[in-house]
Amino acid sequence: MNAERIEDDLPDEPVPVMQQLLDNPFLLLFLGIAMPTVLYIVWGVMEIVSLPIAK
Amino acid sequence: MSVNRMFRTCPTSGLVFHEPAEKLMRWNAVAAVVSLLIGGLLAIGVVLTRWQAVHLLPPDRFYQYLTAHGLNMLVFWIIFFEIAVLYFAGSTLLKARLATPKMAWAAFWLMVLGALVNNYSVLRGDSSVMFTSYAPMGAHPTFYLGLILFAVGALIACFVFLGTLVVAKAERTYHGSIPLVTFGAVTAAIIAIFTIAAGAIILIPTFLWSVGLVPTIDSLMYRTVWWAFGHSSQQINVSAHVAVWYAVAAIVFGAKPMSEKVSRTAFLLYILFLQLASAHHLLADPGLTSHWKIFNTSYAMYLAVLASMVHGLTVPGSIEVAQRQKGFNHGLFEWLRKAPWSNPAFSSMFMSLIGFGFLGGISGVMMGTEQLNLIIHNTLYVPGHFHATVVVGTTLAFMGLTYFLIPVLFRREITFPKMAQWQPYVFGLAMMGVSLFLMGAGTLGVPRRHWDIGFAGNAFAHEFPGAAWLMMALAGITGIIAIVGGGMYLLITVWSVFLGKKIQTPGFQHVRAKDGIAPAPKPVAAAIAAHHPGIGAGGMVAPGTFALAMVFLTAFVLYYFINWKYLSTVWPLK
Ligand code: HEM
Ligand SMILES: [Cu+2]
Repeated sequence: MNAERIEDDLPDEPVPVMQQLLDNPFLLLFLGIAMPTVLYIVWGVMEIVSLPIAK
Repeated sequence: MSVNRMFRTCPTSGLVFHEPAEKLMRWNAVAAVVSLLIGGLLAIGVVLTRWQAVHLLPPDRFYQYLTAHGLNMLVFWIIFFEIAVLYFAGSTLLKARLATPKMAWAAFWLMVLGALVNNYSVLRGDSSVMFTSYAPMGAHPTFYLGLILFAVGALIACFVFLGTLVVAKAERTYHGSIPLVTFGAVTAAIIAIFTIAAGAIILIPTFLWSVGLVPTIDSLMYRTVWWAFGHSSQQINVSAHVAVWYAVAAIVFGAKPMSEKVSRTAFLLYILFLQLASAHHLLADPGLTSHWKIFNTSYAMYLAVLASMVHGLTVPGSIEVAQRQKGFNHGLFEWLRKAPWSNPAFSSMFMSLIGFGFLGGISGVMMGTEQLNLIIHNTLYVPGHFHATVVVGTTLAFMGLTYFLIPVLFRREITFPKMAQWQPYVFGLAMMGVSLFLMGAGTLGVPRRHWDIGFAGNAFAHEFPGAAWLMMALAGITGIIAIVGGGMYLLITVWSVFLGKKIQTPGFQHVRAKDGIAPAPKPVAAAIAAHHPGIGAGGMVAPGTFALAMVFLTAFVLYYFINWKYLSTVWPLK
């Protein structure tokens, strides 16, 4: 059991960066919320509030 | 606090079920099916009213039915089922105990309460605002309240799922990366969390407005933020049903993804870009710039479309490889001809894939192009498109998964197995008909959400071509067949689950797992190696899938350019 654990903690090869990203659900959650919040909601709302009001 | 660590191993599939998770999956699935029943009954009224020769309902009833149809189908049926899928992908596939079952039950009952409250408001008759509920058109406060309660419940469920991932990691129930199907579920859950947050941002003020605490809701602001919710929720469906495709391919064929890396990257593209496509609902709205519209619906969105095409290729590709290795290696399509077409899990999944790609995908890219959108905006083309994505795509995929889950999760045999063989064809093919005919009518200018295109007794009538009326009749006929197909599904599932023959397993017991780790399942069929000597043709392991992809591409390009040609004739400028 113990030996297995140690082996487990020392992978043979370093994990590639991309795989580290894909293995981290909370980082993905951050990206998946930040992207549409900035590019869709914030940008869109800024355009709407900057429309001149009709008199 | 004591943690329930009781598991059972399913003797048919080798899957491992955590006791509380299993019960939650069942209840969520049952709630989903009840919603589908309600939505399906309402569809009769909707489709028979739009078939002008029948014109069943008076206007107020039509809009009431249409509102309830949209909500029960698109929101309640799909999301309840998705929560069951999340628990399956999190707990069962990772062999981990579900985090905080108590919270998961709270989530479930909140969702049930929300669905009931929302249906009550529509039933009252003063909330026939369609599922988009565009302000300043107002509904009864319980309409928004119901949706908010449902959304809070779904949000809690998403966090229970994420918590389960944490538990699985901490208790070391898996090695390396999570399985691809679970990764697809993670994608769905992430998109769901954004979706629900956007829904809260817009629905809470609208609720306050409906009770008089907020003076006005700006209509463009409402539409913009609402669609971050309304559209993104469709992307939860896409991610979930793609995960189901991968799952069914693995279950039925023992197929391994052609490339884990490529498939996961495609899901990452979903996480990053899919939700931006929400902007395609505002292409005809003044007030937002073309920069915002085109960035969100074209540049960024095509990356998400690319991801869908990757999934659309790798799923049949992996099936082709698995089939060829079993010896169905002749010609281009022996693997497909000899596929288990009488297995409803497979036939549902394959029709879902083809229908989603060819009908939903191509029409979606067309209408998501700013200029082309003008041709079909607010016509029946739009419901035509999304019945291809969310009904043929998502609903049919979920139906297919049910046929696998009834013996595994509910431990019952499928009653009426012959009917089950036919059900996906009746429902799937008829629904493809509905989609095509609605799109046809939309191309001829027939508006969506319109009670009477005959304009009887109206001062400002418009004469639609005879072909448009024919399309509506054909949509009516195929619609009724589709509803029959849906009824077959409901009959089979409900009968099997409640009255079906129990699958007896001698010596069956729940086993307490040490350290939270479930007992190891029986080993699955050995993984297919990355290189497949001796199969395929022309240097390709999956030439049939490649041929299908070329057909798809040709259809796509032709249809896209035909619509530009068509656009040029809409306003003849000479
Ligand atoms: C069972 C067969 C079904 C039939 C015959 C059917 C038929 C229709 C028709 C004809 C419309 C358009 C009405 C109009 O705009 O005037 C409609 C709207 C709609 N359907 Fe279905 N449908 C079916 C199943 C489903 C399913 C399974 C879903 C979702 C998973 C769904 C979701 C919707 C939505 C969201 C709308 C739009 C409502 C609105 O405009 O507010 N339908 N349906
Ligand atoms: Cu959309």
